[in-house]
Amino acid sequence: MFSNRYIFIYSTVMVIIVAAVLSTVTMLLKPYQDRNITNAKMQGILASAEITASADDAKILYERYITEEVVIDHEGNVICIYKDQEFEKGDTRAFEIDLKTELYKKATGKPFKVPLYIAHVDKKIVYIVPLLGKGLWGPVYGNIAFDEEFNEIFGAEFGHDKETPGLGAEISTREFAEQFIGKMIFDETGRFTSIKVVKGGASTLPADQRIHGVDAVSGGTITSNSVTDMLEDCLENYVLYINKKK
Amino acid sequence: MSSEKKEREPLFSARNRKLITLPLGRDNPITVQVLGICSALAVTAKLEPAFVMALSVIFVLGVGNVLIALLRKTIAPRIRIIVQLTVIATLVILVDQFLKAFAYDVSKQLSVFVGLIITNCIIMGRFEAFAMNNKSWPAFLDGVGNAWGYGWILIVVSFFRELLGSGTIWGYPVLEKIGLFNIGYENNGMMILPPMALIVVGVIIWVQRSKDKELIEEK
Repeated sequence: MFSNRYIFIYSTVMVIIVAAVLSTVTMLLKPYQDRNITNAKMQGILASAEITASADDAKILYERYITEEVVIDHEGNVICIYKDQEFEKGDTRAFEIDLKTELYKKATGKPFKVPLYIAHVDKKIVYIVPLLGKGLWGPVYGNIAFDEEFNEIFGAEFGHDKETPGLGAEISTREFAEQFIGKMIFDETGRFTSIKVVKGGASTLPADQRIHGVDAVSGGTITSNSVTDMLEDCLENYVLYINKKK
Repeated sequence: MSSEKKEREPLFSARNRKLITLPLGRDNPITVQVLGICSALAVTAKLEPAFVMALSVIFVLGVGNVLIALLRKTIAPRIRIIVQLTVIATLVILVDQFLKAFAYDVSKQLSVFVGLIITNCIIMGRFEAFAMNNKSWPAFLDGVGNAWGYGWILIVVSFFRELLGSGTIWGYPVLEKIGLFNIGYENNGMMILPPMALIVVGVIIWVQRSKDKELIEEK
């Protein structure tokens, strides 16, 4: 028979050993995991500008194509510029901004700043806006690239952590992202319209609004709506900046 | 017990070999015991995650069975489930951390399912039914055997689901290369959805039982 005392000591020792093993392993593997996360972020940004990068060449391609990182405040002013691996203005790299924190600041009414990446692809200037929102089971995220005048969408890329495979998870497919190419986020009068992910298909919209909509994924209504919300929530932060630019 | 100690059993005696071979066929965890079905449905849309899942379960169950067999005399029966769960959870977190560090894409695809190995009934089942009463070497064989019995079903299911659902094998577009799409063939989107995994598993069970009549219950 085992006494209560034995059981208590046994459990305590077991828990201490497990904690020690797990925290050691986590600490040792952290640098590798962080590098993977950075690479994935770079791959995402590049993918929206139609550049396919693997985990191995993500960093090289990122430095080659993403020529400028800009930080914009909530009033649409440029507060930091990081160009050719040097700071031209300010001291924050757009790449290091945690979008989650900034969007939280926005939601609570505090001043915030958002990142913008500028890429040179085939002699064209492409502006890339990172996106982040809430999906059905976890975060949904992505990047969306615009042409020089912020008129047309140049490319897009979406990802998720926990959406249902075959349903909501379809937002990370090429087919879904390709629909965004050529769509517009401003109407003829210059009003911000964002892009809507439409259940039943963009073709059900009135003719003049089809340019602001894409088809939702079947069986993934909540995830599709999350993408709509994410696009509006993230893109509207740049409207002031874009208007100043124009 | 004492007679066993005198003449040591060879490492791969007939009895030990059976520990590996039985779960592959007649005592298969998925097709015969019908355990671990949930993950078998979830991770088999593509071959690569299914393969990684199989390897992860082989590691967790092999090592876990050995640890439990080594500790079996020290574990108080009253807290045995807690101890078993702690061992499983620790091993699973290790697997998850290693995947995140060295196989990031796969870990993203498997996402929550690595964590859910913890709740895979096969593992608790083997700890409780075998490792608690056996020495470490047979326990290791039993663990690897059962995990591999689970794994090969996963791999077969995912092979067919990937081939018919996406037209690829391990991401390589086989059907496109042999020109099937040019003559009007289309991928079956249904294969990617979980219900088809159940049907493929059902077909495997059917094939197995039609070959091995003893598996058929007499009502």
